[in-house]
Amino acid sequence: MPDATGLELIAQDLREADAESVLETIYFRDHGTLLVDADGAREVLARLRERGFSFLASLHGVDYYPEEPRLGVLYELLDMQRVDRLTVKARVHSEAPSIASVVDLFPTADHQEREVYDLFGVVFEGHPDLRRILMPEDYEGHPQRRDFPIGGEPVLFTYNEHTVPRYYE
Amino acid sequence: MTTPGISEYRRQEESITLAPIEQQLSGVTDGERHELLTINFGPHHPATHGVLRLLVQLEGEVVRDLSPIIGYLHTGIEKTCEDKSYWKVIPVIERMDYLAYYFNAMAFCGAVERLVGVEVPPRAQYLRVIHLELNRIMSHLFWLGTSALDLGAMSILWYCLREREQILDLFEMSSGQRMHTRYIQVGGVFEDIPPGFAEKLRQFTAKMPQRVEQYGAILNKNEIVLKRLCNTGIVDEQTLLGLGVTGPLLRATGNPWDLRKAAPYSSYDHFDFKIPVGSIGDNYDRYRVRLAEILESTKIIDQALDGLPEGPYITTDRKIALPPRHELATSMEALIHHFKLVTEGFRVPPGEIYYPIESPRGELGCFVRSDGSAKPARVHMRDPSFVNLQALRPMVLDGYIADLIATLAMLDPIIGGVDR
Amino acid sequence: MEVIRGPVQPGGDPLRARQLRARDMLRGLEGAELERYVEERVMTTTLERALNWARSNALFPATFGLACCAIEMITTVASRLDIARFGFEAFRASPRQADLLILSGRISIKMVPVIRRIYDQMLEPKWVIAMGACSSSMGVFNNYAITPADKFLPVDVHVPGCPPRPEALMHGILRVRALIQEQPNLGWRQRYGAEGTEETLTVPADRAPAAPREGEGPRA
Repeated sequence: MPDATGLELIAQDLREADAESVLETIYFRDHGTLLVDADGAREVLARLRERGFSFLASLHGVDYYPEEPRLGVLYELLDMQRVDRLTVKARVHSEAPSIASVVDLFPTADHQEREVYDLFGVVFEGHPDLRRILMPEDYEGHPQRRDFPIGGEPVLFTYNEHTVPRYYE
Repeated sequence: MTTPGISEYRRQEESITLAPIEQQLSGVTDGERHELLTINFGPHHPATHGVLRLLVQLEGEVVRDLSPIIGYLHTGIEKTCEDKSYWKVIPVIERMDYLAYYFNAMAFCGAVERLVGVEVPPRAQYLRVIHLELNRIMSHLFWLGTSALDLGAMSILWYCLREREQILDLFEMSSGQRMHTRYIQVGGVFEDIPPGFAEKLRQFTAKMPQRVEQYGAILNKNEIVLKRLCNTGIVDEQTLLGLGVTGPLLRATGNPWDLRKAAPYSSYDHFDFKIPVGSIGDNYDRYRVRLAEILESTKIIDQALDGLPEGPYITTDRKIALPPRHELATSMEALIHHFKLVTEGFRVPPGEIYYPIESPRGELGCFVRSDGSAKPARVHMRDPSFVNLQALRPMVLDGYIADLIATLAMLDPIIGGVDR
Repeated sequence: MEVIRGPVQPGGDPLRARQLRARDMLRGLEGAELERYVEERVMTTTLERALNWARSNALFPATFGLACCAIEMITTVASRLDIARFGFEAFRASPRQADLLILSGRISIKMVPVIRRIYDQMLEPKWVIAMGACSSSMGVFNNYAITPADKFLPVDVHVPGCPPRPEALMHGILRVRALIQEQPNLGWRQRYGAEGTEETLTVPADRAPAAPREGEGPRA
């Protein structure tokens, strides 16, 4: 794991290339996170890939409701040589959420970006086949957002089925 | 061209030409490439290991394109987790990858423990290792049985499930359930192993290497297995790494990446074990790697049982773990803690954690975001089945459709983990 | 007991000939002795009952696994439990050949039309077991993605558990067997719009079934 100093060094290098790219560094429980600008996320990931973080372990979305920018896209990077892990976090606004796709850098992002699109509604620009993956194609809404109701219904038994209108039909 | 010395029949056979038929067909095909046939596999198909659906483009018998369609088992578990307090998430999250339930619980509990900053007692860590490795053997046994069934071998399923029942008996002994045991808790394990468990476990681990030898005797040099697995579904290491593939699939190409060695958790660094790797990364290597992993797991279990430390099996931090039952009758404080934990659950300091472990199928990572309340704000599982499934396309492309079944079996996707 | 004797015409009534042959076999038995003889050897039933008895002991379950419960379903077939003891081991991959559908796992909204189609492809008579909490009542996952089986299928037997033990599934299958023997009437599933909905290739226009209802239940 890169320690706090190592994280700052990485952030320093990235800022030298593009001053606006890294917004914040977070070091929490021995794990480093770079909060990056959504527009520059792709470039940051490409540079980190050159630095050895060539394995994208996971890509997932987070909803920071009610903060804005609300939706987060997290990239868990792994350096298999040095056994280092680093999280890159980009926040996008819930109005027209969009971020550049990294499928050409990390082919593994294909299904995972589709999943984030499906469950959070983040549009990945440049994704070859951005469709819903888990929910039916004609589903409306993005169920993992925090303002999406969890759904479900009371279970019907013989003792309570009369409480449901027109249960006998 | 005819070879001298062959029979009249063979000569006749060689003289047959398909040219007139091809001329006839040229109207409907696009010249060199024949017309592609799109067929639909699943979601209800006995060889797809669940409700996976595959759209396959065939040219004759050769697979030219393939796209998996998933989501037929999407359960919204990640959403349900946000609605439950931390300790109630464990049984829900266990049902994701339903052949590796201890691993799901371990990934989640590990993430929460790191968020809370709680120390797990050594005995609990060892007990976890014992159960995780038993689960790994169980998962590989089930994979072996059903995969062999796909290849046409029936009896191996009976043998594998016979051993699996013994593991489930052990699970039942320590936790009271066969599947989805909820044994691993935040801060330790649910209960200490009962008397008699260790003896039964030793009997099992003593027998298991023999059993693996027997499976090997049936399958390793079996003509059908060799023909169907050797040199099929080869994908090189770099492509697999790009696709994010981990676990036995990656190790079959010769890359010894295993999180138990690379980044040990739950005191895996105390044990002496090897990581089996393959050579070229074909289906046969995948099969042999998993078979060898069963043996290594039995070694780990033996060592963990030998060195099982004394001490508490769950953390003594009463803010996290339930007090022992007998304290409830005597201690007011214990009663209050019990009440608080059962009604509200414990609160977790705000933060985000990604906690990866090595599941039977690869890197199983659990991402937990806490907003300071008693319920997680986001739980995400990076399930190896979901990621590894993307490697199916490069594996089967330009191979025979019969190899697709063998490759899918050796890929070992668990649809519960794919769709979550 | 009065015995009527008479010559049998060759090529005459075959039933009459058989009757007489049967009487010949009972010759020499009289009164109580004859009654005991018949009681010991002859069993009377209706054809329907005999048919149901045969059906109930030769169920062909469909090979249809959904989630965790499918693992326990396979265990039911395998070494220790061995459902072949009861004669239900012939799992069929094609719904056309199966007459018992075991819904072993959670049913997502994406899967509902598929399952209903499989059900409609099965030929009458057919029975359904909802195995486990999820397919019975959505279980622990009471959320947006899951549907209970009762919403779109008539379920004969619910097997509780999460997942149920293989013994419980076995008990469920035996309950289906008892159901077929005791209450073979399947008319109740009209309420679910599931009577006469088998999917066939050609249906005469005058009795074509309504379009398959996908995921649409009576209570939805």
